[in-house]
Amino acid sequence: MTAAPDDCLARNEWICGAYLSSRRRILLDAVVQHLQLTSLSILIGLLIAVPLAVLARRWGWAATPVLALTTVLYTIPSLAMFSLLLPLYGLSATLVVAGLVLYSLTLLVRNLLAGLRAVPEETRQAARGLGYGPLRLLLTVELPLALPAAMAGLRIATVSAVSLVTVGAIVGYGGLGNLIYSGMNTYFKAQVLTASVLCVLIAVAADLLLLSVQWLITPWTRAGRP
Amino acid sequence: MSTLTATWNWLADPAHWSGDDGVWHRLFQHLALTAVCLLSSCLIALPVALVLGHLGRGGALAVNISNAGRAVPTFAVLVLLLLTPVGNWGEGPTVVALVLFAVPPLLTNAYVGMREVDRGVVQAARGMGMTGRQLMFHVELPLSLPMLLNGVRIAAVQLVATATIAALAGGGGLGRIITAGFNLASTPQVVAGALIVAVFALVVEGLFEIAERLGPAWTRPGR
Repeated sequence: MTAAPDDCLARNEWICGAYLSSRRRILLDAVVQHLQLTSLSILIGLLIAVPLAVLARRWGWAATPVLALTTVLYTIPSLAMFSLLLPLYGLSATLVVAGLVLYSLTLLVRNLLAGLRAVPEETRQAARGLGYGPLRLLLTVELPLALPAAMAGLRIATVSAVSLVTVGAIVGYGGLGNLIYSGMNTYFKAQVLTASVLCVLIAVAADLLLLSVQWLITPWTRAGRP
Repeated sequence: MSTLTATWNWLADPAHWSGDDGVWHRLFQHLALTAVCLLSSCLIALPVALVLGHLGRGGALAVNISNAGRAVPTFAVLVLLLLTPVGNWGEGPTVVALVLFAVPPLLTNAYVGMREVDRGVVQAARGMGMTGRQLMFHVELPLSLPMLLNGVRIAAVQLVATATIAALAGGGGLGRIITAGFNLASTPQVVAGALIVAVFALVVEGLFEIAERLGPAWTRPGR
């Protein structure tokens, strides 16, 4: 019999370097899963939200039901949302992605629509006067001008998605949430703290990334400022 | 289709509604948790926000705290609290986590509401000789009420959602029906629990909507 090692893992400390080095593989896999689930759902959310917002802008009557529906979806607690999708998708990563897409829709559609509505009527008239067709008007005038508002929505949606992925642990696809869940059942403090901190770091990094993307693609918003 | 029928059968079975694990008991727990925590977070956040808003200080803090709150996963906070000494007192972790997540929207909305009061009105009130306290309670507070109440509404919906996730970390409330369903591998129970939670959340949101419409016109946002 060898004596139990007296390191921070054995003492179950919150901060533990040995945990980081010995579980590097597991942590990395969880981070990758977390990033995949988040980015996939935000991308799908965007693909659905842009046409929805454009349609709601074009036909005024469609705006109310679209906004009402997405608000209702947003009110449903995440645990219930994932559970309601269970009969459709079973215990799969698709279920988590579908739930996250539904959540991101609210923020994305709302902000995109606000951005599109904020495009000044004079600007639209001027573009029409220059001979812009509806499609060219949308793609080269309205959408770019809606970008700042849309990016604000995208940032909030992404940060929320990063934190909501953890609830996916209930079906076994929660990225870092899986580590938090199993750490809770075994009272493994280092694992819970490390995974939680990583989660917040991912959210902050994603937010900063989107902020710099916004800075790059909207040069006109900072023109004229010293 | 069979899941729908099974879910309906689960909901129709009176045995699932009574007892300590029954829907009524869980619903009561959920409601009590939400109400107690909403009240305590209002007592914590609103005085701070009103004073900060009145003085015009700490604005960056009041606004950023709301963004920071979004980046921190509720589930992670619940589990972290569970593993600290707080975890030893029953619903302790749930209550602390609920209050932590309800405070940011309350703080931000009340603060922004106070700052958005027309400066001209504030100047006029000062010109009439109102003291700082009179200004705060008779001018700024009534005028910022729509924003403030909107914060309460967001906080309440947030509380209902957080109380559901608490079940993942062993807390009480309606989420327990869902987690128990997962443990029993009973899809009907999971779906039935989720339906009850979703309906409950929508009812809470709806009640605020109705209260807003019935309330005096000046308490409505948008004016």
